[in-house]
Amino acid sequence: MPILSLDPRVNRLQAEEVPAHQPPVLIPGDHWPSYQVFHQRRRGEKHSSVGIVHAPSLEIAMAMAKEQFARRGETSNLWVVCTADVLEMDYADEEVFRTTPSKSYRDPAGYKVNDKIEAYKARQSNL
Amino acid sequence: MMPTSLPTHPLARYLLHLADDQLVMGHRNSEWTGLGPILEEDIAFSSIAQDQVGHSLAFYEILHQRYGLDNPDQTAFNRPENQMLSSWLVEQPIGDYAFSLVRHWCYDQAVALRYESLSQIQDPALHALATKLRGEVKYHTFHAHTWMKSLLHGSEESRLRMLSALKEVWPLALGLFESWPGETDLMEEVGTTGQGWYPGEQKLQMQWQARALESMASWGVDVEASGLQRMEPVLGGRQGYHSEYLAPLLEEMTAVFRLDPQAEW
Repeated sequence: MPILSLDPRVNRLQAEEVPAHQPPVLIPGDHWPSYQVFHQRRRGEKHSSVGIVHAPSLEIAMAMAKEQFARRGETSNLWVVCTADVLEMDYADEEVFRTTPSKSYRDPAGYKVNDKIEAYKARQSNL
Repeated sequence: MMPTSLPTHPLARYLLHLADDQLVMGHRNSEWTGLGPILEEDIAFSSIAQDQVGHSLAFYEILHQRYGLDNPDQTAFNRPENQMLSSWLVEQPIGDYAFSLVRHWCYDQAVALRYESLSQIQDPALHALATKLRGEVKYHTFHAHTWMKSLLHGSEESRLRMLSALKEVWPLALGLFESWPGETDLMEEVGTTGQGWYPGEQKLQMQWQARALESMASWGVDVEASGLQRMEPVLGGRQGYHSEYLAPLLEEMTAVFRLDPQAEW
């Protein structure tokens, strides 16, 4: 029995109902690699990672990225990068960063020059 | 339905071709919404369809304001079949995805050419409009190109399906460049005022064909053996003669409109 629908397009397909118990058929090659998408709002700004698309090639990934991530608002440029080309750190190595938050001497707020900047600002505003 | 008379001004009639082609193409492409082979393509065809209907609106608006045609809704949805100037290419059913993609590629390449040419016009409003719409069509042709290349380089099956779709689409696509009443007037008009933006259908077809064949050759299609160059165009649309597919399309497209033709949307 073809599917009957209120949508004339669906009726034109004359598609048969798929029995619910039928498991999905997985065909090799049907699963495309993923690509990371980077979006730039305006020229000169940085490209930011916005998500991924699955695609059979870089070019098609770009077409899909345009649809997925540049549909609304401003866009000046897009990058797509095959996820497999990204060198990722191992989460097991996360411990190398464990002590970083406590190194306050690397925090720009701790720089002595801040006093000088404040003093300079005060002088400027008194002029 | 109330027959609206066709515009006699050559430029108006040319703009009406563009608008009708975009409206009907947009409607056909929107038929993929919800049925596309993969989600992103579903979205891509839907966005392109939205663009196309939007382009038709922009032209209907100008036709309404300058050339006295009825308002865009009435012009789009309340004309009998024999007053529609769209080509046979755009009214054909969506077929399979190969057919729809090849049609999309042939069609948007032609639109790109027409917008390039129209953007040379001195009229500031039309120049600005063509320049604005050109950007959207650039994406349409990029999308179409990418898939054509990919599927012509894909498996044996994808290649054969694309090639057979090409043979089906080609004569219809040639029909986009059918000569029309007023064509020589428009050519003379733009020629004598030194704008020269409209080269006539024959020249546009030559440019379109050269670009299309060049791309195909770069994708490994044996253009000579394909027989495309010996095909005859399918004509009629620009004179208001249509295939069996336009009437049911108009019926479906205008079903909601006809419930209340005077409704404000």
